[in-house]
Amino acid sequence: MSITATLLGQMIAFAIFVAFTMKFVWPPIMQAMEERRQKIAEGLAAAEQGEKAQEEARAEVDRLVAEARSQAAEIVAQAQKRGNEIVEEAKGTASAEADRIKESAQAEIEAEKVKAKQELRGQVVSIAIAGAEKVLEREVNTETHQDVLDKFVAQL
Amino acid sequence: MASGGELTPTGYLNHHLTNLGMCEAEDGGLIVGDCTNGGFWTLNLDTLFVSVALGVLFCFFMWRMAKRASADVPNGFMLNLAEVLVDFVDQQANDIYHGNSKLVRPLALTIFLWVILWNFMDIIPVDLLPWVAHNVFHLEYTKVVPSTDLSATFGLSISVFLLIIFFNLKSKGFGGTIKEVFSAPFGPALFPANVVLRIVEEVAKPISLALRLFGNFYAAEMIFLLIALLPWGAQWFLSVPWAIFHIIVIPLQAYIFMVLTLVYINMAEDSH
Repeated sequence: MSITATLLGQMIAFAIFVAFTMKFVWPPIMQAMEERRQKIAEGLAAAEQGEKAQEEARAEVDRLVAEARSQAAEIVAQAQKRGNEIVEEAKGTASAEADRIKESAQAEIEAEKVKAKQELRGQVVSIAIAGAEKVLEREVNTETHQDVLDKFVAQL
Repeated sequence: MASGGELTPTGYLNHHLTNLGMCEAEDGGLIVGDCTNGGFWTLNLDTLFVSVALGVLFCFFMWRMAKRASADVPNGFMLNLAEVLVDFVDQQANDIYHGNSKLVRPLALTIFLWVILWNFMDIIPVDLLPWVAHNVFHLEYTKVVPSTDLSATFGLSISVFLLIIFFNLKSKGFGGTIKEVFSAPFGPALFPANVVLRIVEEVAKPISLALRLFGNFYAAEMIFLLIALLPWGAQWFLSVPWAIFHIIVIPLQAYIFMVLTLVYINMAEDSH
């Protein structure tokens, strides 16, 4: 139970162990832990940034959806209006066309009527003349009776 | 029991508390064995072997882990253990030590791990390693706990003492240190009181460091030996609680040694 030269050996061993720890143990482990700390800090910052970006993106999406909705509603309204317009237009065109067809048909009828009247007038004259010839049994001088005939034709 | 000799309790205790020494005999020969009266020039081979083996063990372990350490996801219990130890010591050093010497933190780690391993030898059953040493290596004496050898604890504390002197000189210079010794704490007028006080203060540091560690584990080892003298059926009843209690004392004493070293070195770097 006394202090012996063992002490010197212990001190030398201690110095060697301290030097070893100082050179080969402490720096690499501290460096690794420091690097990891930085990595984690960076990761957390990136996560925060990502969350922020996501929030922004979500707000942007909401905004776009709302815009799209209102645009869609506008387009539908416009389309309905345009549809109504087209229907009205078509109605107008159709009735105008119908009028036009009716008018032309009437005009044609009128023309036919005039034509038929003209024809009938001619025939009536010749029938009348033939009838008169038969009654008189002689030729009627058309020139002498022209005034009578004209009166007759005008009465038809 | 390791000793083949007479089995008296006193003999058993003495045998277990004797180092395997190497010293010069009176006739000039070399004694390897009981060197209780060998004087200063004695080497305690068991203390040297066990403490150096433990030092190499922790250095090798920490070196392996330092090679594996990277900034990636830490994997493996051993690597985590090494990082926890380094981080723990680093935090203690940050709290206590305010200088920026590159030496102090590795020094604290070395002290903490080395002393904790010394102390852990205490938990190993008291007769196991002496029995192995006796029957395998034919060594007559083996004291396996370096903390129970004053040479080991003083070796550490005197190293710390030298570092305290070194840091005093480094931060204040020779003149500044001398001035401080003469003028603090009572002013230059009372310089004899200052010098005496300073000497007592400084000398008390290595002595208290060494004796605290030694006393704790010498006493603990003694109690383990006394328990080992009981009938074998009754031993567990006392040795198990005592060993469990020591699981607290072992890191605590290593922690105290480390923290006080940091405190002393910080005091040495600060000016009073």
